[in-house]
Amino acid sequence: MVLRHLRARARCAGPGHAVTPLLDVRGIGKRYGSRLGCTGVSFDLWPGEVMGIVGESGSGKSTLLGCLSGHLAPDEGQVIFDTRDRGPVDTLGLSEPERRMLGRTDWAFVHQNPRDGLRMGISAGGNVGERLMAVGQRHYGAIRAEATDWLGRVEIAGDRIDDRPRDFSGGMQQRLQIARNLVTGPRLVFMDEPTGGLDVSVQARLLDLVRGLVREMGLSAVVVTHDLAVVRLLADRLMVMKDGRVVEAGLTDQVLDDPQDAYTQLLVSSVLQV
Amino acid sequence: MDDLRPVATAGQSYTFGYLDDQTKRMIRRALLKAVAIPGYQVPFASREMPMPYGWGTGGVQVTAACLTPEDCLKVIDQGADDTTNAVSIRKFFERVAGVATTERTPEASVIQTRHRVPETPLREDQILVYQVPIPEPLRFLEPRETEARKMHALEEYGLMHVKLYEDIARHGHIATSYAYPVKVEGRYVMDPSPIPKFDNPKLESPALQLFGAGREQRIYALPPHTRVVSLDFEDHPFEPSKADHPCALCGAEDSYLDEVITDDSGTRMYVCSDTDYCATRRDQIATTATGDRA
Ligand SMILES: Nc1ncnc2c1ncn2[C@@H]1O[C@H](COP(=O)(O)OP(=O)(O)OP(=O)(O)O)[C@@H](O)[C@H]1O
Ligand SMILES: [Mg+2]
Repeated sequence: MVLRHLRARARCAGPGHAVTPLLDVRGIGKRYGSRLGCTGVSFDLWPGEVMGIVGESGSGKSTLLGCLSGHLAPDEGQVIFDTRDRGPVDTLGLSEPERRMLGRTDWAFVHQNPRDGLRMGISAGGNVGERLMAVGQRHYGAIRAEATDWLGRVEIAGDRIDDRPRDFSGGMQQRLQIARNLVTGPRLVFMDEPTGGLDVSVQARLLDLVRGLVREMGLSAVVVTHDLAVVRLLADRLMVMKDGRVVEAGLTDQVLDDPQDAYTQLLVSSVLQV
Repeated sequence: MDDLRPVATAGQSYTFGYLDDQTKRMIRRALLKAVAIPGYQVPFASREMPMPYGWGTGGVQVTAACLTPEDCLKVIDQGADDTTNAVSIRKFFERVAGVATTERTPEASVIQTRHRVPETPLREDQILVYQVPIPEPLRFLEPRETEARKMHALEEYGLMHVKLYEDIARHGHIATSYAYPVKVEGRYVMDPSPIPKFDNPKLESPALQLFGAGREQRIYALPPHTRVVSLDFEDHPFEPSKADHPCALCGAEDSYLDEVITDDSGTRMYVCSDTDYCATRRDQIATTATGDRA
């Protein structure tokens, strides 16, 4: 029931239809002591839209993503999310139970290392089913059917459902992590280097899959990556970060084909291999 | 433990029930809190007891804090009153509290137990004290203590069902057969200690049930008539296991049975694990038989 509702919502939402952004980020900043993590980051994310964040190592991408997703507490700024029941709410002001609830219903987080996002000692089916059980699903057959369906959608053979992720390849683990995150039909997905650490051929397949799911489910996503090919394929819009600041932002194709900022030009011209 | 002389003849004077008054007060406060929040694990400052951990130090401290001179104590270990563990705890309290002891469930006002709930239904004027090795039902799923506590606080119990899911996926049914997790009054998930799941339905009881974990320093409780639901799935409902034999000694068909090997060639026999229940039934049968003959 809940799921169907979530899906329906996800389908209705699409760029152009909404009057309120799904995510409204204002002036986010975070320091680690005297070191700058990120500062002055603001942007809107509309329903169904994918935002890419690129920049060299240490530019503050993960810090920003952590602040947006509630894993890190920013020093300043607001992260306003258009909640289902209460409309736009600054998630930084939510109580911990509310934030954790959001984290297993409307939000999802895909880690670079599948180990951080999977339970390695629990079967693939159990991994996918966990979020369903966390929101109250109590019918084993239904959970299993849903898990089987999701394994199929991320191209994992159904007969692997009772195997543990530690017996899976890196690409399979990452696909399993994605299935585990999307099974409850979230509206917003955060991804930190989802293809990092994978072979190039495996990366391509994973990207294709993610792109398909994002389109099909009308997902909004914030994707952090080193890899310009990833943003080219996935992101509608792009932010380029350097030294904790956004140096350029815009439509992906525009930024990549006609970069204005000197650093972005360097980045795109592949003189600078990030 | 054998060094302990009876209270009266000892050079020093033990407080009634071994523990000093301040410790008893501390434990009683924890007990009151536990009763007020059924199924919630209350931390307490567990004391060194004159017996090693794993021998029921948590249960012993709870019993010591509950006993009054008028009490009659029964101690059972896996259903039996005559195992080393049961005998030594019973002797301990005979010495340090001088209370009456019994092996008969109906005669006892306080019963300390390890791994079983007596078959004879308990009453409102009885207290059942459980010895608990590991109080945290989330332990094997979430080893981080702080995270487990947060999950209890926020009622995030999805993981408990993941464990049951894994059971069914692997064995075709829920294979957990003891320490079967329960939800208390629709709120806290609780480990009922390693009792067989056969005993789970008895957790809804008129008696006060107290749980003491010595090494882990936790106390929790089920006040009389608390709602206790064993976790399950709609399509795999909880089933208390039932032996498909009657007891070979007393013929009971409603009790939890132990498998006993009776000779060198491995002949097996199934008998009640609750020795008092079995003996009482056999006495009754003998009496009836004698009565018939007269
Ligand atoms: N926990 C921390 N303590 C102190 N400094 C940190 C911490 N995490 C990050 N930093 C610093 O903050 C800055 C931004 O780091 P961040 O991890 O956000 O960069 P990134 O863009 O994700 O880099 P990468 O591409 O290598 O993952 C860096 O200077 C980093 O050294
Ligand atoms: Mg990073």
